Amino acid sequence: MQPLTPSLTKSLTQSRTQSLTQSLTQPGSLLRLATAGSVDDGKSTLVGRLLHDAKQVFTDQLDAVERVSRERGLEGADLALLTDGLRAEREQGITIDVAYRYFATSRRRFILADTPGHVQYTRNMVTGASTAQLAVVLVDARHGVVEQTRRHAAVAALLGVPHVVLAVNKMDLVGYAEDVFAPIADEFVSYSRALGIPEVTAILLSALLGDNVVEPSQHIDWHPGPTLLEHLETVDIDGEPASSAARMPVQYVLRPQSPDFRDYRGYAGQVTAGVFAPGDEVLVLPSGRRTSIAAIDRLGEQDLEAAGAGQSVTLRLTDDVDVARGDIIAATERAPRVTREVSATVCHLADQPLRTGDRVLLRHGTATVKALVDSIDSVLDLRTLRREPGPQTLQANDIGRVRLRTASPLPLDDYAEHRRTGSFLLIDESDGTTLTAGMVGEPLAGAVH
Amino acid sequence: MTVVDTVRTRRPSGPLRLSHLDALESEAVHIFREAAAEFERPVLLFSGGKDSIVMLHLAAKAFWPERVPFGLLHVDTGHNFPEVLEFRDRAVAEAGVRLEVARVQDYIDDGRLRERADGTRNPLQTVPLLDAINAHRFDAVFGGGRRDEEKARAKERVFSLRDEFGQWDPRRQRPELWALYNGRHRPGEHVRVFPLSNFTELDVWQYIEREGIELPSIYFAHQREVFRRGGMWLTAGDWGGPKPEETPEKRSVRYRTVGDMSCTGAVDSTAGTVQEIIAEIAASTLTERGATRADDKLSEAAMEDRKREGYF
Repeated sequence: MQPLTPSLTKSLTQSRTQSLTQSLTQPGSLLRLATAGSVDDGKSTLVGRLLHDAKQVFTDQLDAVERVSRERGLEGADLALLTDGLRAEREQGITIDVAYRYFATSRRRFILADTPGHVQYTRNMVTGASTAQLAVVLVDARHGVVEQTRRHAAVAALLGVPHVVLAVNKMDLVGYAEDVFAPIADEFVSYSRALGIPEVTAILLSALLGDNVVEPSQHIDWHPGPTLLEHLETVDIDGEPASSAARMPVQYVLRPQSPDFRDYRGYAGQVTAGVFAPGDEVLVLPSGRRTSIAAIDRLGEQDLEAAGAGQSVTLRLTDDVDVARGDIIAATERAPRVTREVSATVCHLADQPLRTGDRVLLRHGTATVKALVDSIDSVLDLRTLRREPGPQTLQANDIGRVRLRTASPLPLDDYAEHRRTGSFLLIDESDGTTLTAGMVGEPLAGAVH
Repeated sequence: MTVVDTVRTRRPSGPLRLSHLDALESEAVHIFREAAAEFERPVLLFSGGKDSIVMLHLAAKAFWPERVPFGLLHVDTGHNFPEVLEFRDRAVAEAGVRLEVARVQDYIDDGRLRERADGTRNPLQTVPLLDAINAHRFDAVFGGGRRDEEKARAKERVFSLRDEFGQWDPRRQRPELWALYNGRHRPGEHVRVFPLSNFTELDVWQYIEREGIELPSIYFAHQREVFRRGGMWLTAGDWGGPKPEETPEKRSVRYRTVGDMSCTGAVDSTAGTVQEIIAEIAASTLTERGATRADDKLSEAAMEDRKREGYF
């Protein structure tokens, strides 16, 4: 481990101030990313290095890391200690749960879901990837693309993460050799393409020595690519295409009945896709009633011109139709299909297995309905990426295909087109345990047999 | 205190890509609305500190033009800063919400809690907090905890289930995916809800600046009689300081966090405006808690251990 010199710590001040002088209120300046890597690939070290070299580690945090490293008899500071926050994690030296880290540069702010990479924690990578716009898949340069790498790529593809970075770590141990890096990158890129991942960027680095994480490497003259941080700062995260059809699950009906707002009736929610504007014709689902948007309010501001994905707003409708929490207001074109039959790819999260015939609750958008597990059709072999037919149950961390029947109709989108209205949870009715995460439709179409 | 200062103004919607503050605000509002809709009896923990003030502001926006559909709860350690209590009462009156106060002092007076040798009352808040949650049958408790505060907090869910003893078990947390929050709980259990999970200290201050939110005066630099203990500047006062060997002195200081006087340290500062504070925080090499909280320094896992017992 490279010792952390006092001069590094001192330069903190300068850099953090600089990042602040830039306006961080510019659009698109928040990137959510998830990291994945096997146990010994050095993922915690990479995250620690990223935070440290981006001058996002504070003196008191560093002091604590140095103190604990010394107590353990280590020569330098173990940067992995920056991220392993729980007693059990520090005791066992592994990451057992998703943690969220925050850092900022002059160009962008980042929310990093630091997910454990071990195979038995596939569910945690699914959790981290569910909100990520970018996934960093770490491999050890000495081992190349291994089973676990393929698993991580498959999960990223399954969850529809738009950008994937292959970080080839420990390049210092292979002499920064191009003929080590290139075949790994080629193999991963073609594998990702087969999975339908739209964009892959391969970056070589040494997390331990800080090569190409934030600072360009002095050892690599043949590689023109950006450092990891540079890529994170500049990758285009325009989100969903503007042409995406509009959706808003209704969270809450606002009826103030105060003197100023006697006849006010607004439907509050977060727009999950597309754009709504006053005058737009919309459908209220699942009932299918047609009406139009009279006005849009937003958190104390009245009469907006439009509301787009990510905004929490309040829609007022022209007709006095019956709208309640659990409904989805959607554009009339390319509307979600309303159905009681759900066919989906799921990742089972709970220790108790999911079985055919189970009665569960299904949470979709803001609706919670009763559901029955009609059949479990296949389970994904994460090694071969083949669907093995006929499992009786899904165990924790299993990814499988299921069919469900719901007690009342739901407006469903395909996950591949609408992440928010194409996803759902299965919940144990008796104790509230979150059982399963589901993605409607065929997100891995073509890639999985 | 300005809860919603933009009421009935018209603003062009502009580009529909959100700035980071807009994205964080929308997410927090979404969380408030989810919890208000899913639970029977939510309550918002309100100390008069900046995070709880930002939460009240966000709640007011989330339900506008309705009133905030839940009340507030403050656990008063008995060693709170008078300026903050005065601010708390004014903010509550202006927002038109109900405030319940649970007092650590009551528990000490009737022997249910004993004063600690170090005089710190922060850990003593847990019992009155859990009693209040039980007595009022609150099933959701909004807290201003942020994941950037501390490494055990970084592992916290937005909807965090607590058992009937108020305990947090980091190994048995529910996975939380997309924006689907599971608030199911059994009788006696409750859920802690953290709308500011993804805010950092700097985000909070930038949001305060953008929204023009008013704060208690102790957040801004002022002359104060303080003394040194455990590497921090503590306010002299009836709560138990300074001791004979500790010398009080007048310094220009401000507070980065507002908690119990016995364990919340002031920082040397001349920052008198929100803008100056933002510049100061951006340049600080210490975390908020590292700079000002004695209770987190008790052990490597102090926060995790307190959270397991029911603390925020």
